[in-house]
Amino acid sequence: MTEIIQKVKNLSIGFKSKKGEEILILRNISTNIKKGETVGIVGESGSGKSTLALAMMGYVKHGLYTIGGECEFNSSNLLKMKNRDLEKIRGRKIAMIPQNAGQALTPNLKIGYQIDEALQLHSDLKEEEREQKISELLNKVRLPSPETIALRYPHELSGGQQQRVAVAMALAGTPDLLLLDEPTTGLDVTTQAHVLELLNFIAKDTGTSMVYVSHDLGAIAQVSDRIIVMYSGEIVLEGPSRDILKKPIHPYTYGLLKSIPKLSLAGLPQSMPGSQPQPGTMHRGCSFFDRCNFSEEKCKNNSPQLEYLEELKTSVRCFNYKSLMNDSQVNQTVNKIKMSFQDKEILNLSEVSISYAKQKLLDQVLNRISDDNPTVKDININIKKGETIALVGESGSGKSTILKSIAGLLRTKGGIIKFDQDRSLSSDLKERDPNDLRIIQLIFQNPDESLNPNHTVEEIIAQPLKLYFGLKGEELKKNIIDLLQKVRLGEFYMSRYPRQLSGGEKQRVAVARAFAAKPDIILCDEVTSALDVSVQAAVLNLLQQLKEDFGTTYIFVSHDLAVVRAISDRVAVLYQGRLCEVGPSKDVYQFPSHPYTEVLLGAVLEPDPDIKPKLVAEDIVEEKPPQKGCSFQGRCSRILGDICKNEVPPWQITNSGNSIRCHIPLKELQKDQIN
Amino acid sequence: MLFLIIKRILLGLITLFIVSLITFVGTEILPGDACTTYLERQAFGEQLEACYRRLGLNVPAYERYVSWAVNAIQGDFGYSLSGEMPIKEVLGPRIKNSLVLASAAIFIGIPIALILGIVTALWRDKLPDVAISTVTIFAMTIPEFISATLLILIIAIWLEWLPGIVIVPTDVSFLELLPNIILPVIAIAMIMTAHMARMVRSSVIQVMASEYVQMAILKGVPYWKMVFKHVLPNALLPAINVVALTIAWLLGGVVVTEVVFNYPGLGRLVIESISNRDLPTVQALAIILASIYVSINLLADLMTLMLNPRLKTLQIRK
Repeated sequence: MTEIIQKVKNLSIGFKSKKGEEILILRNISTNIKKGETVGIVGESGSGKSTLALAMMGYVKHGLYTIGGECEFNSSNLLKMKNRDLEKIRGRKIAMIPQNAGQALTPNLKIGYQIDEALQLHSDLKEEEREQKISELLNKVRLPSPETIALRYPHELSGGQQQRVAVAMALAGTPDLLLLDEPTTGLDVTTQAHVLELLNFIAKDTGTSMVYVSHDLGAIAQVSDRIIVMYSGEIVLEGPSRDILKKPIHPYTYGLLKSIPKLSLAGLPQSMPGSQPQPGTMHRGCSFFDRCNFSEEKCKNNSPQLEYLEELKTSVRCFNYKSLMNDSQVNQTVNKIKMSFQDKEILNLSEVSISYAKQKLLDQVLNRISDDNPTVKDININIKKGETIALVGESGSGKSTILKSIAGLLRTKGGIIKFDQDRSLSSDLKERDPNDLRIIQLIFQNPDESLNPNHTVEEIIAQPLKLYFGLKGEELKKNIIDLLQKVRLGEFYMSRYPRQLSGGEKQRVAVARAFAAKPDIILCDEVTSALDVSVQAAVLNLLQQLKEDFGTTYIFVSHDLAVVRAISDRVAVLYQGRLCEVGPSKDVYQFPSHPYTEVLLGAVLEPDPDIKPKLVAEDIVEEKPPQKGCSFQGRCSRILGDICKNEVPPWQITNSGNSIRCHIPLKELQKDQIN
Repeated sequence: MLFLIIKRILLGLITLFIVSLITFVGTEILPGDACTTYLERQAFGEQLEACYRRLGLNVPAYERYVSWAVNAIQGDFGYSLSGEMPIKEVLGPRIKNSLVLASAAIFIGIPIALILGIVTALWRDKLPDVAISTVTIFAMTIPEFISATLLILIIAIWLEWLPGIVIVPTDVSFLELLPNIILPVIAIAMIMTAHMARMVRSSVIQVMASEYVQMAILKGVPYWKMVFKHVLPNALLPAINVVALTIAWLLGGVVVTEVVFNYPGLGRLVIESISNRDLPTVQALAIILASIYVSINLLADLMTLMLNPRLKTLQIRK
């Protein structure tokens, strides 16, 4: 039997509410972390997973306190330990890699100093030895030219580099246990895949145990040996990762896996009803009762205990797990979507270019354009009525920028945006008439910021109705109720304020507001990325349903390629503000042909331990598009030579109508698939 | 960086030019002028004409502005009406006195404010915080004319330890001035320190709750090292601008306190020259106070720029 290094026993953590009640964030958690293993803790926001990880370092956030139980490390309870003793364990025996390295690195201290600090505290090395060690560590996390990186400040590095620095800092103390709190959330797909690969390498190389906390089953699947699934502060399922991902025997995990869109499957995932109960609102019985498809009468009043199944080496908290044991449909069912677009063109972008560079005074006076290398250039897209077209690419690819220009929020530098074949839309909001404004509506990423916190749901939805249609009184109210029903919210939501709604409900209100204007086109800017997976599936299904009912056209921006696959008819792949490939999603996903599309698709993490990401190109961050030639030349693994550096590649069109912008001949592009 | 400094200095100069125009126009628009005020009932005929000629008021306004501005740049603000002496000589000792008062308040107030702010933030919601916070909020809310009067009553009148009001000639030596300024300094420092301590407290609390401080704790950095290395440099940066405004406010003359203590500083000069309708002095004061504000704010911005690595590189990149 392998050695246990961290033992969590009956741990409960909570806070006192204003009324003086004890509210639990973690409820009676027990688990062991063995030497050398990687354990994934997965759950949606509010499930208590981060609180658990922090408790494993003896850290309880301000406002929370330990109600019972212990976290035992080297046979002493970290939660009762004095700060002075904890300082000797933190960073030396147990180290943390934070979620957002950009925020977790002290802004006024150089990278080198921050790593050196850990070395000073946790090793006996002399100054010169430490300097060498810093270079070694930075090398190990594969940062280029460690000597110069060490002299930089955190804000001078890219997100992926910051995350690597955080890893280097954690490794400085050669810890026995590494805790990772969502270490790749917020990174680009390709960067995320690279960081995960690095973590896997480190786990093997150093034999360090890891606890990997994430909401992303795809990331968890790539790294962990064992998975713990948490739901409203409890462990609901714990076992070997392959079994959990392939045959989840808890209804929550089952539903969660079904609600994740998959690259290999076109069509929308199935959504789970409801949302996780807030801490303190839990009643008797199973906490998953309200959302469960397998519940029985007894689940309502009795809470199931965590039951260990010897033959599966799995613990499960469900009365009914047996009915799930023979179901292996997890990865198959999706709601197929209807292709419903017409042949009529509704929006046409031609030769659109956008520049963020500030015009110099002289250029302004002479009214000439100074920037010959704008952020976004040569965008030509035809959008058909009723179509869902997705813009994909890493951060900085210009996808949101294009969206803003279509909405009139950002002036274009050149090119024409035409609506309905003949009406040319100005890229300046002030020059558009009310009807031009009505036909294009936006749904934003974060409903917390896009809904006015001081307005009720009624006021929020009433605004476009009053503005564009001049509705009043009974008629206005009828329309609002109608819209709320369309987004599956009851009439009683009218008097609520955004803060009284859950994330998914807020986004529904934002959707209702967009549809209130009866627009022809809706621009969706990362509309599901702030939502939990189970809620994301519901919002995607809702958007699809509304589109079928109203014949709306969606322009969908997302960094999540699986989500794009699920909802879009056509995909446009962007790199550095230039189009690489445009085509029907079916073709783009099945036969990725542009080298950049291959890189993007290869890096997608699927919640399946058997599908490993393929890392084709380095995850370098380029600050500016190249002056001439192909936009992807800097990272392309199939670069041909001077032609790519000097000449803008031509569009090549495949038989299925897929346009690819590359110098490599079509035949070779399709032959050399890395699949 | 150099470009930025030059740009800021130019902007400051433009601000000063606008201030000078406004004060000049303002004094022009007001009914009556220096001569009518000075001559009072004799302000007619020969005498008025003579006065106008003597003060150069008989030429068009823009010409007067130009000649005034040219002289002002050279430090010559013309003549004060009340004493008929050069304004330069009136201002000199006043500026010195205000400087003495302000620097005493700064040297005592700022360190105390920093310490109180940091202590209350680190022991947040514990006894030291509750006690100090109560006192600082109290000190902040009492208007300075009340606290100044109370100080005079208790320390000067009942205890007879220090003089209650300053009855010295404007140009006494520093040592002779010293006992006189203790009470005014306390009165000013109290309110200023309280404000700054609250500012520092909230800034430190905000940084203490940041992810990088949590990370430092989880890295095993000992508490005090964390406070000095990770918390304070980041928490005190925003304080620089507040300190600068306070200093400018102090130098600009703490009018109320100076009047209560009869202190011969710039603040009292402002009141005096306004009530005497001594327009040339008012003009001169306006321009001097404006330059103090502009230059101290400029200094503060440059300091923030130097100390904040993030801003520094951003500027260089641009």
